[in-house]
Order: sequence, then C-alpha cells, then structure tokens
Amino acid sequence: MMSNLPPFVIFFVGAVLPFLFKGRVRNWLMIGVGAVGLWQVLSLDVGSTFDVQWLGYNLELMRVDGMSRPFGIIFTLSITAVFIYAMYMDESTPYVASCLYVGSALGAVFAGDLITLYLFWEIMAIASTFLVLLRRRKQTYGSAYRYVLVHIFGGLILLFGILLTISATGSTTFDASVFHTQSVGSWLVLVGFLINAAVPPMSAWLSDAYPEATVFGGIVLSAYTTKTAVYTLLRGFAGWEILIVIGCIMSIYGIVYALLENDMRRILAYSIINQVGFMICGAGIGTELAINGAIAHAFCHIIYKALLWMSAGAVLYRTGTAKCTELGGLYKSMPTTMILGTIGALAISSVPGTSGFTSKTLILMAASEQHLMWPWLILEMASAGVFLHAGIKFPYFVFFDKDRGLRPKKALPCMTVGMMVLAFFCLFLGIFPNVLYSILPYQDMFADGSFTVFKAEKVVTQMQLLLFSGLVFFLFLKLLKRTDTISLDTDWFYRKAGKWFFARCANLLNGINEWAYQTFAQRLPDSLYQLFNQGPARLTVVLLTPFWKFRGHEKERMEIGRTEIYRRALLGIYPVGIAAAFVAIFFVILYLT
Amino acid sequence: MKDKRDQLRTPHEWDWFDKPKNRRLLWILLWSACVLSVVAELFIEREPHFPADEYFGSYALIGFAACALFILFAKGIGYLLKVKSDYYDE
Repeated sequence: MMSNLPPFVIFFVGAVLPFLFKGRVRNWLMIGVGAVGLWQVLSLDVGSTFDVQWLGYNLELMRVDGMSRPFGIIFTLSITAVFIYAMYMDESTPYVASCLYVGSALGAVFAGDLITLYLFWEIMAIASTFLVLLRRRKQTYGSAYRYVLVHIFGGLILLFGILLTISATGSTTFDASVFHTQSVGSWLVLVGFLINAAVPPMSAWLSDAYPEATVFGGIVLSAYTTKTAVYTLLRGFAGWEILIVIGCIMSIYGIVYALLENDMRRILAYSIINQVGFMICGAGIGTELAINGAIAHAFCHIIYKALLWMSAGAVLYRTGTAKCTELGGLYKSMPTTMILGTIGALAISSVPGTSGFTSKTLILMAASEQHLMWPWLILEMASAGVFLHAGIKFPYFVFFDKDRGLRPKKALPCMTVGMMVLAFFCLFLGIFPNVLYSILPYQDMFADGSFTVFKAEKVVTQMQLLLFSGLVFFLFLKLLKRTDTISLDTDWFYRKAGKWFFARCANLLNGINEWAYQTFAQRLPDSLYQLFNQGPARLTVVLLTPFWKFRGHEKERMEIGRTEIYRRALLGIYPVGIAAAFVAIFFVILYLT
Repeated sequence: MKDKRDQLRTPHEWDWFDKPKNRRLLWILLWSACVLSVVAELFIEREPHFPADEYFGSYALIGFAACALFILFAKGIGYLLKVKSDYYDE
C-alpha cells in the first residue's frame, strides 16, 4: 500500500468498479474495496499528511492524528461488514452511492483544512441522498427531497461560516484555535455542524429520511453523517458548554420519540439522535477523558447501530413490513437474527461486557470527574432510557410479543455473516476494552495500565440501573402498547404548517388581488364614466328643479325638461345661446380667479 | 387466531417464550436479578460523586424512576403528537 495515500481515493476509485463489473464479481470486489480501505487506514502513521496547492491555498487532503484515525478505522471497518451483508444486492447504484458517501466521509474526517472539509461535506450530502432515493417509492422521493434541502441549507450556513472564519483569522486550518474567538463565523460553522449532527429542532431530516431508505441504505446512512459531525465538533468545538446542554436535550428527545414510534426503523433512527447526544455531551465537557469517551462511543455506536439496522433490515427484507403492530413472535422463524440483534441491543444499552459499556462509561466518568451533577444525572437517566427503547422495546416488539402468524424465511446467509462480524466486535470490544483504548488520542490516562471500566462499583451500579429499567418496561407494558401511528416532529413545520401557511398566504394575497382588480379595473372606471358622462346633466337637473317647482311646472313637464337635458348632455349639443352663455360664465370665473 | 397459529406451527418450531410456565420463570428471574443487583451493593465499596448517588440503591432508583417518567411522559405527549401513519400522505 502507498504509505501516504488518502483513504478517500480508494473509495472514489471503488465507486467506478460497479460500472465495470456486474453480479457476484462486483459484490466481492466491493468487499475488497472496504477491506483495502481499512488496511490503508490502519497502515497510515499518526502524523502523516497529504497536501496539494489549489487556487493559492494549501489544501491538506489528509491529516492523520489520534482524533481522525479512530474515525477512519471504524468507517472502513463498518462499510466492509455492510458490504458483506449486502452480497444479495443485484444493483450497482447503491454501491456507487455508498462508495462516494463513505469516501467523502473519510475525506471529511481526514481533512486538515476548512475548504477540503467543506468540499467533502457537500459530496457526502449529495451521495447520501441517492441512498434514500433508491427505494423508489412516492413517500421516499418526498423524504429524499426534504433531506437534500435541509443539507443544502446546512451546507450554505457552514460555507458562510467558513468564509467569515477564513477572512477573520486568515487561516484555513481546521482546528479549535480558529473558532475560539466565538465570532459570528464560528457560530455559523457550529450551526452547520449541528444540523448534520441531527440536533433538534434541525433533526427531523434524520427520522424522516433514514427509515424511508432501502434496507442497505438505512444501514449505511446510520453511521456516517452524524458521526462525521461529531468528529468535527470534537475537533473544533470541544469544551463549548452549550454542547453539554444540547447533548442532554438530544439524549432525552431521542428516547421520548423512540418510545412513541411504531416503525422499528424509526425507533432506531431516534435512537441515533439519543446516542449522538451522549457524544456531543462528551464534546461539551471537553476534557481529555470526555473526548476519549466521545470518540470511543462513536466507534462502538457505529458497530452496534449498524448491527441493529442490519437485523431490522433482515426482518424488513423477509416480512416486507417495519411496523411493530404487524411484527412479533419472529424469534421462532428468525432465531439467528434475533440473537444477533439482541447482542446489538445489549451493546447499545451498555451492559457490562459489551462495547457500549466500554465507551459510554468514559463519558459518564468525565461528567462526574468535572462534578457536573445535572448533566451526569440526565445521562444516567438517558442510559436507563436507552435500555428501555432500544435495548428491550426494539427486540421485544419485533421478535417476541404477540405471535402475529408471520413465518418468514431466515435471513440470507450473507446478511447473517455481516451481522456476525459486527456482533463479534460488540462483544470483543466489551471484553477487551484496551484494544479500543489504545487507538484513542489521549493515552496518558491509560499509560500506567491501571485504568479499567470493570470496577465492581461500575458494574454493579450499571446492572442495577439496567435491571430496574427492564423491570419498569415489563411492569408498564400495557402503557407501551403499539398503535399504528407516527409522531409529529419538527418536520411538521415544513410539511404541514408550510403548506397551511402557503394556502393562507395564497388566500390573503389572491383576495387582495381580486379586490384591487374589482375596485380599480372594474368599479372605479365605471363610476368615473358615470360621473363625467351624467354628472353635469344631473347637476343641472338638481339646480333647475327648484326653479321649475317655483314656476309651478307639472310633473310631466318637468320630466320632459329632465329628459331633454340628459339627451343634450349625452350628445353634447346645446343651443348656441346657452353655449355662449357658458363660455361667458367660464371667462368670468377665470377673470375672478 | 389460535387455530391459525397451530396450523402454521411446524413440529420442530422453537416456542419456548410462548409457554406460560416459561414466561413465569422469566418474571421470577427478572425480579431476582433486580434484588440480587441491589444486594450486591452491600459487598462493594462506593465512591459517590454527587448527592444524587450517595444513597444505597440510588442507581436502582434512578433507573426505575427515569424509565417510569419517560414512559408516562411519552404516553402523555403521545396524545398531542401521535397521528395516523398516513397523516402526510394525502
């Protein structure tokens, strides 16, 4: 392998392969691309860089350090497992889209400067849209459309922020130092990152689009966009206290919505928001332990979340439905999928011995080390909630609960193998946490070898927390009964309220338009015509009537006189004498004025 | 429903979790695991960081209370937020 080749190149080249090869050859080659990518990331030395000159700027296309390397490793590892799972696919487009998507995500985490970061950020948005689109249903087109609009909006905010930052600091380097002034540019960049991290109220793109994607698309999407955003927050905004608040809100928000949802993939989508909340909280705490924890958590999260999406995908592939109200009792017909999915569910719940315990514990330890009681308490509560919604609710309603008579076939062998790979890592990293700790950026805390999460206190208290959460689930099972519903999220504002607002505006503005037309184009000319046409005659009649009455004219005679005056006014003919008299009066008026 | 299920059931089907006897066993296991986890706290040394975790069994309480709160809150807010799944379709 070239010692200094940026890993995104491998995936961008890989995106061409599906055009050249078809069928199983292509599918095997794609697994190869993932594996070569992983190998390349692993063989990159910390500290290596790759620069090019472009338009007078020095673009750092690759910067390998302790922070970017773990993300590179997990991005390539997970896509390799996903490609194994996807061996059943007989389509090229998803491969092309996912290679571009993963390649650009790698480009973004290894980017050393803001311009490179922005370019990859945008490629990522576009490539991922195709993964949503490929399900080719009417609802999916709507979701993909909204998805790409939100990301274009976020991308523009980011671009604006980057331009302000570069012009203010004169530096294009992507580092915490360029944002520490907290200028408008920094805040805009932060908002751009937060939109991709699915922070409420800008989170609805995730729960709207991911569950609408294909089986394959959902799995791929679950890993990269939000975790790239987490990386950028850790890199640029570690220690910004607002991130602690945001992280806490996200962790709760995800749980409440996941509890409300009926679609298993929507449950998992909200669960991503909840998990990213933990990582953003870690970024906000900003100590070495917290950053290590956030990175470790992103690493483990990608594995178990992909595993959960895979098991949900296998169920969807075999049964054709994702609704909990239509699923249940599948442990009988899909036992392997159930066991592997449950391993993912235990890992996300951070049961001691699984990868979630390895990583989430670090974030919680960081919060208590900093004596941040409220964030700590909220994260502990959220941990309990994770077990509730993802750890038990997902497997329970899909694989257990009421048998609805579904007897699907087992998951395809390739799917099972893909899931096994990830399930292995869930357990491996849970039992041997030091393997993961050894690739984290801050090594001092692990240096003396005494650091361990397996303290009796940690294990016992975590088990208490989880077991009592489980107890609540089964005691409150009646309250959790599934209904065939969805829950309104902030996308309501642009899907319904937007339409409503448009209709009201259309009503109001069209009303004004119609009124103005009627008044100024129809009624006003009419009345002016009436005024100038009949006004003088009417005035004459009004003035003359008292004289006629005074002279004792009868009604008939007055009527004849009136008709005569109207006729003359209409035709503009008056006896010469009268006309001359008018002229004389006119001159007198002129003279007097 | 039951007939349909009997028809579908193959002779070798794994239906361990459907049997009432086994469900009862799982309940007993869950309760005893809960009790065991609290009892285990007697045998370990704790280093509480906050007023919220210095009491005996505080993690059990946090877990229980948090989950009950989440479920009740979700139930309540569900009346406001839940709509039919074809809500956006027309």
